[in-house]
Amino acid sequence: MEFYGHGIPYLKDLELKGHLIVIEGPDASGRSTHAQAIQKRLEADGHAVITTGLKRSELISYGIMQAKANLGIGRRTLGLFYAADFADQLENKIIPSLEAGYIVLADRYIYTLIARNDVRGIPRRWSRDLFGFALKPDLIFYLDVSPLELVHRVFQKFSSLDYYESGMDLGLSDDMYKSFMNYQTRIAKEFQKMKATFGLEFLDGDRPIEEVDAELQEKIDWYLSNSK
Amino acid sequence: MGSDGKGETSWEGRLIAVEGVDGSGKSTQLHLLDQWLRHLNVKVFKTEWNSSETVKEITSRGKKKGLLTPTTFSLLHATDFADRYERNILPLLEAGYYVLADRYIYTAFARDIVRGCHPGWVRKIYSFAMKPAITFYFRVPVEVAVNRILLGRPKLKYYESGMDLNLSNDPYESYRIFQGRIVEQYESMVDSEGLAVVDADRGIEEQQREVRERVSLLLKSKPSQKAKPAEPAKRRVAARE
Repeated sequence: MEFYGHGIPYLKDLELKGHLIVIEGPDASGRSTHAQAIQKRLEADGHAVITTGLKRSELISYGIMQAKANLGIGRRTLGLFYAADFADQLENKIIPSLEAGYIVLADRYIYTLIARNDVRGIPRRWSRDLFGFALKPDLIFYLDVSPLELVHRVFQKFSSLDYYESGMDLGLSDDMYKSFMNYQTRIAKEFQKMKATFGLEFLDGDRPIEEVDAELQEKIDWYLSNSK
Repeated sequence: MGSDGKGETSWEGRLIAVEGVDGSGKSTQLHLLDQWLRHLNVKVFKTEWNSSETVKEITSRGKKKGLLTPTTFSLLHATDFADRYERNILPLLEAGYYVLADRYIYTAFARDIVRGCHPGWVRKIYSFAMKPAITFYFRVPVEVAVNRILLGRPKLKYYESGMDLNLSNDPYESYRIFQGRIVEQYESMVDSEGLAVVDADRGIEEQQREVRERVSLLLKSKPSQKAKPAEPAKRRVAARE
């Protein structure tokens, strides 16, 4: 496996036998549900599977939550905080699991973080350099859900819109619904831009969950049977 | 080096940083400079490395538990810096303050590189930070600095002494080697980063005279350069109003 940029110079002679599979997509796009289903199925097939995600590091996630509660937090600051959290997961969970031969299912990866930075005016070049220590995944899926479909799913799931997922910190609109639609459209555009650069595989996420799930499973099975 | 955010400001505000190893006397010098500027009725704000309330607690928790890798160590310090930069340093400079930084990005360059992070990577992370009008580097023989520290504070902390680098099982020996490597990094930056070297192996007052001389030139000079926006204008999002 390769790193995007300079990698992690002090980790020498890494032997990564496992596979890294990423599922990207906005909140309520079905990411976690798909990840769970895939894990079950792969485990039934006899694979060792571990899931990971953003804001899950024991050390740093609490700090991010606190920082977000404090609206004075700067954009660069929050972006770096997320990067620290990701680095912790990468070094303490993802890499050791890959060394042990696990299939690592990542429920979101650096692409969400780059997209969020970008819509907040932080140069993409900087974010890409920042994540030069990240591993290139074997497969990257993006659940492409239209903002309109998404907003309905969010309301069904949570009955209210999240401040940051609506991009309210950007001051796009005082109306939270409008802000959400605008923000999610911008984020989706960022993913569109990253598609070719990072090799994201777009899946039509507006379809029923079973259909998307079947396609994901099929693609993963195909990849696993053709690797090594 | 990255291009965003470099260059001096055209505002009245000026950024002055001090750098050097622990025990080089830089904080004492900055304190005296601070007092002098206040006496001259200059608006002053002082900011210290690793002091953001938002991040400090996490960094110190991680340090206590020995959980930090060089990459997370580096990124948490960058988060801390960004928080102070976005919240204090930049707005205060815009408001015309003299911002005095006790350690700046060069501390990160030196420490993170010694810890094994890629030099190019560390520099790019901090590419958003403005270059100070003056960065004083207090040059002192490692032994002198180390002895000053060990004299007053006999117990060394794990990361402080560079124990995470496996340089030696003895914290004092580890500390000496670690500080020596940091000095090497500083020395390598003197020319490339344009650090103003102060011979810190002299009396406090003598050093301070030199520091004040340099700063008084700055006080007399009118800011001339055009302000460079922190990022290309089209990327600026008009928000948070």
